[in-house]
Amino acid sequence: MKIAVCVKRVPDTESRIKIAGDGKSIDEAGVKFVLNPYDEFAVEAALQLKEQHGGEVVVVALGTDASQETVRTALAMGADRGVLLKSNASSLDSLGAARLLAAELEAGEYDLLLFGKLAIDDYNHAVGPMVATLLNLPCVSSIAHLEISGASGTAEREIEGGVEVVEFSLPAVLTTDKGLNEPRYPALRGIMMAKKKPLEVKEVTVEPGGLEIIELSVPAERTGGRIVGEGPDAVPALIEALRNEAKVI
Amino acid sequence: MGAVLVVLEQRDGMLKRVSLEALAAGRVVADAEGSEVHALLMGPPGVSTEALGRHGADKVLAAATPDLALYQPDAFATIAANQVSTGNYDIIVLGATAMGRDLAPRIAAKLGAPLAPDVTSLTANDELVVTRPVYSGKAVFTLRVVKRPCVISVRPNVFSPTDAAKPGAVEGISADGVVAARATTVKVKEPEKAVLDVAEASIVVSGGRGLKGPENFHLIEELAEVLGGAPGASRAVVDAGWRPHSEQVGQTGKTVSPSLYVAVGISGAIQHLAGMRTSKVIVAINKDKDAPIFKLADYGIVGDLFEIVPRLIAELQKIRGN
Ligand SMILES: Cc1cc2nc3c(=O)[nH]c(=O)nc-3n(C[C@H](O)[C@H](O)[C@H](O)COP(=O)(O)OP(=O)(O)OC[C@H]3O[C@@H](n4cnc5c(N)ncnc54)[C@H](O)[C@@H]3O)c2cc1C
Ligand SMILES: Nc1ncnc2c1ncn2[C@@H]1O[C@H](COP(=O)(O)O)[C@@H](O)[C@H]1O
Repeated sequence: MKIAVCVKRVPDTESRIKIAGDGKSIDEAGVKFVLNPYDEFAVEAALQLKEQHGGEVVVVALGTDASQETVRTALAMGADRGVLLKSNASSLDSLGAARLLAAELEAGEYDLLLFGKLAIDDYNHAVGPMVATLLNLPCVSSIAHLEISGASGTAEREIEGGVEVVEFSLPAVLTTDKGLNEPRYPALRGIMMAKKKPLEVKEVTVEPGGLEIIELSVPAERTGGRIVGEGPDAVPALIEALRNEAKVI
Repeated sequence: MGAVLVVLEQRDGMLKRVSLEALAAGRVVADAEGSEVHALLMGPPGVSTEALGRHGADKVLAAATPDLALYQPDAFATIAANQVSTGNYDIIVLGATAMGRDLAPRIAAKLGAPLAPDVTSLTANDELVVTRPVYSGKAVFTLRVVKRPCVISVRPNVFSPTDAAKPGAVEGISADGVVAARATTVKVKEPEKAVLDVAEASIVVSGGRGLKGPENFHLIEELAEVLGGAPGASRAVVDAGWRPHSEQVGQTGKTVSPSLYVAVGISGAIQHLAGMRTSKVIVAINKDKDAPIFKLADYGIVGDLFEIVPRLIAELQKIRGN
C-alpha cells in the first residue's frame, strides 16, 4: 500500500498568540511549533496500515523551510520519506494549498491520501476534501474508525447526535479525527533514523486567494464578569442574574 | 449581483435549525446587494419547507429523492455546484456542521471558489466582510471577499433566524446526472435514547474532572435537563472514559456557541476555551477561585460543586414548576 500523509506545521496550542506588526499575521517570535495534532492521527493510521499491508508512507508538507522539522517529526514516527513543497510565504488560503498539494500527489499512484480533519492554526477544515475533489477521488472526512479490506474500506465519522457509516473504494482521501488511534511518540532510534531518511525539497509559489486579510486581532477580553458569591447560598443570586440581567433562562 | 444560495440541512425529514441561521446570514448579503436568497434542499421527499419563506427564502429549490435521505457527499456537492454554475449565484452559505464542514470545501473546490469557514459575523455594505476565529479562538481574522462566487459556512447558534417573510415558493430541481458515488453513506448509527447534541444546543452544561467520577455525572445531566440543554464534557473526563467523545467540548472536540454555557468543575484550559469562548453567557462553578475559567466567565460561584449544583437544580425545578 502506498500512502501519502499531508502534515502541517502549526503553533502549539499552549503558545500565547501575539499579533505581528503588520496586523495581519502572528508574531512567531518565541512561539513553539509542532506537527498539527490531527495530522498525528493521520501519520499513525498510515503507519498501522503499512505494518499490516506493507508498502510505503510518504509525508508531504507545504510551507517555509521551517516545515522540514515537521516532516522530520513524522519521519521519526516511522514514515519512509518526505517531500517539502517549499514556499516563501505561509498561506491561509485553503484552496491554494489544496491545489499545490493535489499537483504533488496526483502522479504518485497512492492508494490512500491522509490528512488531519483540520489544522489548528487556520481552522479551515478544508484541505482534505478539496484535494479529493480536485483529484476526483472519493473522500470521507473526520473519521474516528477505519477498516480497509482489499480495494475498499468502511469509515465512521461522528455527526451531531450520531455516527455516519461510509463505504468507499480505493484510492481514496481520508481526514482523521481524534479517537481513530493513539499516535505513537517518536523513539530515540526513530529520531536518529529520521535524520538519514530522504527529504526532497521542491519550490512552489503560493498565489493570493480570494479572501483578503483586513486584520488579525485578539478577541476583546470578556469584561464585566463577576463572582456572584461563594457556596450554595450564592445560587439564588446566580439564577436572578441569569433570568433578569443576562435573560438567558 | 448574483443571488445567494443557502444549502439547507435536514435529518430524518426535519430541517435543522442551523439552516434557518444560514438563511439569515444569506439574507444580510442579499438585502445589501439587492439580490435574492434561494434555499437548496437536498433530501428525501416530504421535508416540510413551510418555514423557509417565513424566514427569508425568496425561493426554495428542492432536489427530493429517497437516495438523498442521508448525506451523500459526492451527490450533494455535484448538485450544489451544478446549481451555482447554471444559475447566477455569487455567495453560497452553509451551516458549519459535520455535513457543512465536509460539503463546503467540496463545493468550493468544484467552483474554484474561496472558502470562508466557521464564520461568526458577516457585514455586507459596499463590500462583503466576514470574521472567523482562528488559532484555537485566540485570534480572529477579519476577511474581505474579493472573488466570487465565494462559499461561506456559519458557526451554529451565532446567527439568529430572521423574520423577513418572502414568497419561498418551492421549485423541484433534478438530482439526475449525479456521478456514481465511490463513497456512500450507508447508515447513521444513533444512540438508543435520542440526545440533544452539544454542538446544536442553545444551552450547554459541561462537567470536568471536578466531578470526581462518572457516577456523579447525573448532576450534569439533571442540570442540563432542567435548563433544556445538552450535557458536555472536558477532555480530561472523556479521556478517562467517564463520558463519550461526542460530548467533548474544545479543540479536539466540538466547538459550541450556545446562549448559555455552564462549566462545572472545569479549570478552563486553553484547549477547552477554544471550543466554547464564543458562547454568549458563561457561568463557572469551581472551588478554586483562581481557576482560569473565571477570567472568561460572566458569572461565577466559588465553592464545592457537590453542594452548589444540587441546590441549583432544586431552585430551577421550583421555578419550572410554577
Ligand atoms: C493537543 C491538546 C488538545 C486538547 N483538547 C482539549 C479539548 O478539546 N477539550 C478539553 O476540555 N481539553 C482539551 N485538552 C486538555 C486540556 O489541556 C485540559 O487538560 C483539560 O481541559 C482539563 O480538564 P478539566 O478542566 O476537566 O480538568 P482539570 O484541569 O483537572 O480541572 C478540574 C477543575 O475542577 C475543580 N474542582 C475539583 N473539585 C471540585 C469540586 N468539588 N467543586 C468544584 N470544583 C472542583 C478544580 O478546581 C479544577 O479547576 C487538550 C490538550 C492538548 C494538549
Ligand atoms: N500547508 C500544508 N501542508 C501540508 N498539509 C496541509 C497544509 N495545510 C493543510 N494541510 C492538511 O490539511 C488538513 C486540514 O487543514 P485545514 O484545511 O487547513 O484545516 C491538515 O490537517 C493537513 O493534513
